[in-house]
Amino acid sequence: MSTIANRRPLSLAITSTAFVLVWLALAAFPYIWTVWGSFKVEADFFSRETWQNALFGIKTIQQTGEPFTGSGYYGAWIESQFWRSVINTAIVATCVTTISLTLGTLGGYALSRTAYRYKFWILIIALVFRAMPDITLVSGYLLPFFQLNIWGYLPTAIIVLVALNQPFTLWMLYSFFVNIPKELDESALVDGCSRFQAFRLAVMPVMWPGVITTGLFSFLLGYNDFAVTSMLLTQENQTMIPKISSFLFKIQAEGHVMYAVAAVVSATAPLFVLIMFFQRQLVAGLTAGAVKG
Amino acid sequence: MKFTLKAMLLLGTIALTSTAALADCGIASGSVRILSNDFEALKIVAAAAEECASATVKFSKNQTSEHKNLQVPALTSNPAEYTIAMVANNSVVPLLSGGLIRPLDDLVAKYGKDLEPNQLIKIDGKTMAIAFMANSQHLFYRKDLLDKAGIAPPKSYEDVLAAAKTLQEKGVIKYPLGAADKAGWDLAAEFVNMYLGYGGEFFEPGSAKLAINNEKGKATLATMLALTKFMSPDYLTYGADELNKDFQGGKIAISNNWGSLAGAAVDAKVATADVVANTMFAGAPTVGGGTTPAAALWWDGFSIAKNISDEDAAASFQAMMHGIAPDVAAKNPSAATWLIKGYKPGPTAVGVIQTAAGGAKPYPMVPYMGLLHTALSTGLADYIKGSQDADKAMAGVEAAYNAAAKEGGFLK
Amino acid sequence: MPHRTFLAFILPSIVAMLLFIATPIMSIAVQSLYIEHDKILVMSETCQPLGGCVKETRVDAEATAKIRHDHPLGKFNGFGIYTDHNHLAFADIGKIVTSNLGFNETAARIYDLPFYRALVFTLTYALTVTPLAMCLGFVIALAVNAVPKLLKGPVIFFSLLPMVVTPLIGSLVVYWMINADGILGAAIQLITHNPDLSLKASPTMTWVTLICYGIWTNAPFSFVVFYSGLQTVPSDTLESAMIDGASRLQRVRFVVIPTLLPLAVFVTLVQLMDNFRVLEPIIGFNAAANATSLSYSIFIALNNQSAQLFSSAAATSVLTIAGVLILMTPVLMKTAREFGFRT
Repeated sequence: MSTIANRRPLSLAITSTAFVLVWLALAAFPYIWTVWGSFKVEADFFSRETWQNALFGIKTIQQTGEPFTGSGYYGAWIESQFWRSVINTAIVATCVTTISLTLGTLGGYALSRTAYRYKFWILIIALVFRAMPDITLVSGYLLPFFQLNIWGYLPTAIIVLVALNQPFTLWMLYSFFVNIPKELDESALVDGCSRFQAFRLAVMPVMWPGVITTGLFSFLLGYNDFAVTSMLLTQENQTMIPKISSFLFKIQAEGHVMYAVAAVVSATAPLFVLIMFFQRQLVAGLTAGAVKG
Repeated sequence: MKFTLKAMLLLGTIALTSTAALADCGIASGSVRILSNDFEALKIVAAAAEECASATVKFSKNQTSEHKNLQVPALTSNPAEYTIAMVANNSVVPLLSGGLIRPLDDLVAKYGKDLEPNQLIKIDGKTMAIAFMANSQHLFYRKDLLDKAGIAPPKSYEDVLAAAKTLQEKGVIKYPLGAADKAGWDLAAEFVNMYLGYGGEFFEPGSAKLAINNEKGKATLATMLALTKFMSPDYLTYGADELNKDFQGGKIAISNNWGSLAGAAVDAKVATADVVANTMFAGAPTVGGGTTPAAALWWDGFSIAKNISDEDAAASFQAMMHGIAPDVAAKNPSAATWLIKGYKPGPTAVGVIQTAAGGAKPYPMVPYMGLLHTALSTGLADYIKGSQDADKAMAGVEAAYNAAAKEGGFLK
Repeated sequence: MPHRTFLAFILPSIVAMLLFIATPIMSIAVQSLYIEHDKILVMSETCQPLGGCVKETRVDAEATAKIRHDHPLGKFNGFGIYTDHNHLAFADIGKIVTSNLGFNETAARIYDLPFYRALVFTLTYALTVTPLAMCLGFVIALAVNAVPKLLKGPVIFFSLLPMVVTPLIGSLVVYWMINADGILGAAIQLITHNPDLSLKASPTMTWVTLICYGIWTNAPFSFVVFYSGLQTVPSDTLESAMIDGASRLQRVRFVVIPTLLPLAVFVTLVQLMDNFRVLEPIIGFNAAANATSLSYSIFIALNNQSAQLFSSAAATSVLTIAGVLILMTPVLMKTAREFGFRT
């Protein structure tokens, strides 16, 4: 985007850089603090004496002889077999993203290209669906799922997550599709394409920023879900977030908070790769769109 | 005290390593499926029961803090998703009300040779659940701080208040007291404890009509509020765990916390050296001149689902007998206050034992107690914050409870 | 697009939603009109470990099961649940209003009712967090768009952290940091020269903390959506606007914002809805004493230790949907014409 429209005066560049830096500090500080603390023992990171313990690792040195310890990671990954949940989460998040996007792009495209009144109502009703608190929905699923004997399996959780995510996906993709000029697919139709071909060959290539962004959110939904997965999956099929919650304290008993902290830190690492990919595709999609548009 | 604890842990490790062989539980075949809450003692029991798994005995478990929400639908379906539900005083009630668990008397007679009579939870003479551990809130205090101020260990809440005053006046500690007063489940549990200490009845006999709006109820509230004056100003955010963290950090001299957290309170890994060396445990204090400790007694145990085959029920029962066998308690003496035969309570179990010996009442098992607990959990926050008077708080709790009890079909 | 093609494209999506959202919503709405059957109570002797035996009431499971079998939904109660003390509390409101207490006392008494208390916080939270987080997100998007290409990836990653780190741990860590012994809590005490300052003790501070946390976790969502939207702003329009002499601010005002408007509507709707259902921060920050929300009421009704109050949760859920719709009406009305019926 090195067009003249994006050239900017020095003062503006400085202000905006400063702003980005301040925001980054705000956004990242708690996380960086967590990464640092994940290598300490609980008595340091969650010290009731002084926060400086987390910095200098007083108790960590007392207990382990070193200023840093990997015991949280060892406990989570080796002792508690966190990797099982990671595999389950990978399956759930990938399936949710793929299915959501497939259904969502088709539906969102149709909504953006129809002029009938029902489109408005479908969008509004989808919105109403989304307003429903998840916890109520999930507690309603339990008995039928147990009776049908489909409770506890990954596909069940995936389908439920896809369905719950559909209103969001539809709305978001619709908002992106609306911005794409109709002439694009109409000229494809004139050239003898079917509707589906027009959608696939003419519209999809310029849709990447929208699809990638929506995909990112679908992925994060599957990745970070607690309400659905904690209630609908058995222990072997448990995903990461319910597993992490099982490390935490509960009433009347001690938990393994440091396992949870270590698990969260390691769970965030793959997202770094994902977001790098996301950002590159976003730019790639932009160039594709710019050429054709 | 430290020495004995260490010695016991050492013994435990030796015992653990010496019996790693595959267990023979005497089960021919069947399916054992456990649903339970998710904490250390229950994990130990489930892991011991899992030793019964074999080519003919299928074993699975789901240990999750969502168990309370799963158990009713899971046991309602036929066949039930789980054969064993691990329960406590409160969570067994919906299973009983729904008729979802089976009487265990024949199984006890056949396979329960290691059970003590007081492990059986009997409803009208029928054994409906088997308990294996007990729990209650009780006194945690710092002997060194009390000595510094020249105070004897408190026996009643009046003593606690006097001690707190002295500790604060002498500048020994800024906020001498702590309680799990977090708005929600914890706060309601505090009320239940204190009210039991005053000898109060929660309901009119034989009905679901609430009976806490009386002198004892108000005295309970007044004592709870008086205690907060000696607590950190954040007391409304303190659940049992956070409370224990503060205790470990040496910020509290006296607190009334769960027996299951006693081990953690003096765990040298997280607690400061002073706390580890000087913490003492004792039964819950009495209150208002009464003799009953102001704490509800809790038990954890298991029940067997009704909607399963007799074969699976027998297999499950046998597996659980292996899970709560005497050697399991002997190997893990500090994991819980076991009710299992031959268990020798360790130093961190004295609080629960003394509370029980003092004649503390069990947490009520009536079916509408949960509704009252919820009403208390939200209705007392303003009072304990100091922004509402006792009459209004009681009226609010009563109105919330009545609406809920009506919805539950307990009140007309 | 003809109806048939439209249907072919949207059918899978509609089926998924009908099956897993519409059907449950219908049953929830129906459930909210019913309460449980009168329970048949019997006295029985209960013996518990260490506590001895007592006579206690118990539900007669068999008798109750029979009634339930005959009428599985429960006892019809109309809108009784909606109007009872734990929800809209019509009777209580009537009593308060008719007793002529003056405005302040009337408001205070109504605020003492659990539903209205939850509603006040829910509305305050949704209506402050949503616009503030959107503005912040938009500004971040503009700023990040100007960052050198090489740094964009990492900058986006770190900007997204408040949203992607699970609230389970996110709120736990932040909660610990603002604790009086935590790094932020200690810093705030130092800055304000008040060693007794606590963000958790007073209602006002709790609300401010929750709202700040809300903005912090919500801003990344607006940021990402706006940032991807910015990629689709046509650069030739920007250039021609510049040639026409439009200032930088004017270009943002007249070119960028109009292009992002459909997305902004979408973000407003989603954020408003999500914030109206606020639950995790209240639990994570142990803030229930000072702030409750509608979702928190549902959570409490469903996590009751012995008897889940399904009807109560169902009624609050229906009220939540109604609340969301009322909140969104202005946004929807404004966009209905241009959005719904553009050909």
